[in-house]
Amino acid sequence: MSMQTVSRKRIRLGATRSNKMLLVIPAVGLLALFFIYPIVTILLRSFSEPQWGLQNYAAFFRESAYLGSLANTFKIAVAVTLITLVLGYLVAYAMTTVGSKMRKFILIAVLIPFWTSLLVRTYAWMVLLQSEGIINRSLLYLGIIHEPLQLIHNFTGVIIGMVYTMLPFMILPIYATMASIDPGLMRAGANLGAPPAVVFTRIFMPLTLPGVGAGSIMVFVMTIGYYITPALLGGSKDTMIGQFIAEQIQSLLNWGMGATAAVVLVTTTMIFFVFYLKINRLERRAS
Amino acid sequence: MMTRQQAEENYLHIVNLRKEYKDFLAVDDVSLQIKRGEFMTLLGSSGSGKSTTLLAIAGFLEPTSGDILQSGQTILDKPPHQRNIGMVFQQYSLFPHMTIADNIAFPLKMRKLEKSEIQRRVNDMLKLIELDGFGQRRPQELSGGQQQRVALARALVFQPNILLMDEPLAALDKKLRETMQLEIRRLHSQLGLTIIYVTHDQEEALKMSDRIAIFNKGRIEQLGTPLDLYDHPRTRFVAEFLGDSNLFPGRVADRSGPQTVITDASGRTLYASAKQDCGKGDEVVLMVRPEKVEIETNRDKLTSPNFMEAKVVESVFLGDNYKYKLTSSANQTIIVKKQIHMVGERMLSVGDQVYVTWDPENAIVLAS
Repeated sequence: MSMQTVSRKRIRLGATRSNKMLLVIPAVGLLALFFIYPIVTILLRSFSEPQWGLQNYAAFFRESAYLGSLANTFKIAVAVTLITLVLGYLVAYAMTTVGSKMRKFILIAVLIPFWTSLLVRTYAWMVLLQSEGIINRSLLYLGIIHEPLQLIHNFTGVIIGMVYTMLPFMILPIYATMASIDPGLMRAGANLGAPPAVVFTRIFMPLTLPGVGAGSIMVFVMTIGYYITPALLGGSKDTMIGQFIAEQIQSLLNWGMGATAAVVLVTTTMIFFVFYLKINRLERRAS
Repeated sequence: MMTRQQAEENYLHIVNLRKEYKDFLAVDDVSLQIKRGEFMTLLGSSGSGKSTTLLAIAGFLEPTSGDILQSGQTILDKPPHQRNIGMVFQQYSLFPHMTIADNIAFPLKMRKLEKSEIQRRVNDMLKLIELDGFGQRRPQELSGGQQQRVALARALVFQPNILLMDEPLAALDKKLRETMQLEIRRLHSQLGLTIIYVTHDQEEALKMSDRIAIFNKGRIEQLGTPLDLYDHPRTRFVAEFLGDSNLFPGRVADRSGPQTVITDASGRTLYASAKQDCGKGDEVVLMVRPEKVEIETNRDKLTSPNFMEAKVVESVFLGDNYKYKLTSSANQTIIVKKQIHMVGERMLSVGDQVYVTWDPENAIVLAS
């Protein structure tokens, strides 16, 4: 009797499984059309234009100007990640310690930029940062500086704009991790004889590492491929790889080189992402 | 200066402790003296102030007024990490990023003990809680009961003056809880610990404690040994909170004779011993415990002046005893517990007409 029930159940499960496969087809179709096809096209172009071969890659890695934009991209991504990490950690920590009203206020302040167009926000930064902008004017008026600072169209401009844009992506995962930490653990630490600073470094901080990892990798990967902010706030010397790709394709119509740079970018991103997943998996196994 | 005797008798002294929140008085003038080596339970429902008192002892909240003295010295000026008071938390609060051994070693590292000494003490503790070989595992890999034992070991390893336990067994299933109750009792006597134990489980409190302080609305309602509280509750709250009880509301009719005479709501006369705290005319309840009520089928065999006719409305077999629910002719509910002495002893059936009776010595008169 029970054997019969089991086998009947197994048959029914089998039927639903093939039904489920049918249900997946539209999603797979969509992915194939809008994601896989374009990526494969780009990949092919990097090997086939102007003719078949590896010459685009050879050129990319030989030419110091090309490699320079890749190096510059990494430099900016590392700097942006570190700065957002420090700022984001502080904001997230503040959010866990203040009252619930203040916490909501900070959360909304963090989220508001998401509801405004990135282009508008970046132009707003241009207005703020230009030599006749409010920041330079105020500093001049207060006598802190005697001539306007160059805050835009250079490395500083890109860093300011990118940190601003990326900050929420750092704050949110770190805050989520911090909020999930049982406050009883900090009490236990104090009860067992740890002064507040030691409770912070030995108990609280290690437990926030998953959030720190998630936020950092997210900011790093997003920054590597960013286009609008560096294009508007950066200078001609500090182009990032996104700008390089746009320039190759839009201005120079050099599809082969543009595609090559894109493939390099996607590959690097994937490597970092796989690396992150591995760390994440190790951590999850440990915890 | 306190004499040694006084210091032992009054090891931890809570003096007029008060904790006010904006719109809530959590602890209202609580005073309590705990002896060295005593197992003291703070028993009460949630919001009764027992946990607040415990947190104040641990240093996690500042009392509005009052004092907490340890061996005559105030500890209120010390932050939690300098109090040297161990605590076992309800959720265990083991550090998930450390191994079991590192968890237990943590308080010793904070006290900057030598590495070899730490190693030795951690191993001793693992043996004590019967988890040797588990040192390199993570807390998440252990069962609830094992985690509980690790939490206990971590709170004991630094040999604290006092061990606080905040509902430490609430998250465990019944079987495991009973094993752990015995385990904690064993450690208490083996190591001579001073334990302050918070629980809402009256059975647990009765089983484990040397003394129990029953908390109600931020105050200590009554303090005493388990036996004392069970047999001589001073208030209706204590009688109802600790164990089952039959309550008969009424009025004191006579205090002058050898027995206290009470007229209950239905006009029936009930008797209790003379040593009761009440005066003639007081509104009272007469309380008698279910196991002290006898059931008699033959009217002629009744010896006590306390009896009433009743009908069995519910009968539950509990393995080692029966629990009956009866309704008296005046429509009062009476609970009776009867031990089973003989295999195959006949059980009363629903609908049976019987007499319930109890000795006046077993009845207690409480203010209603």
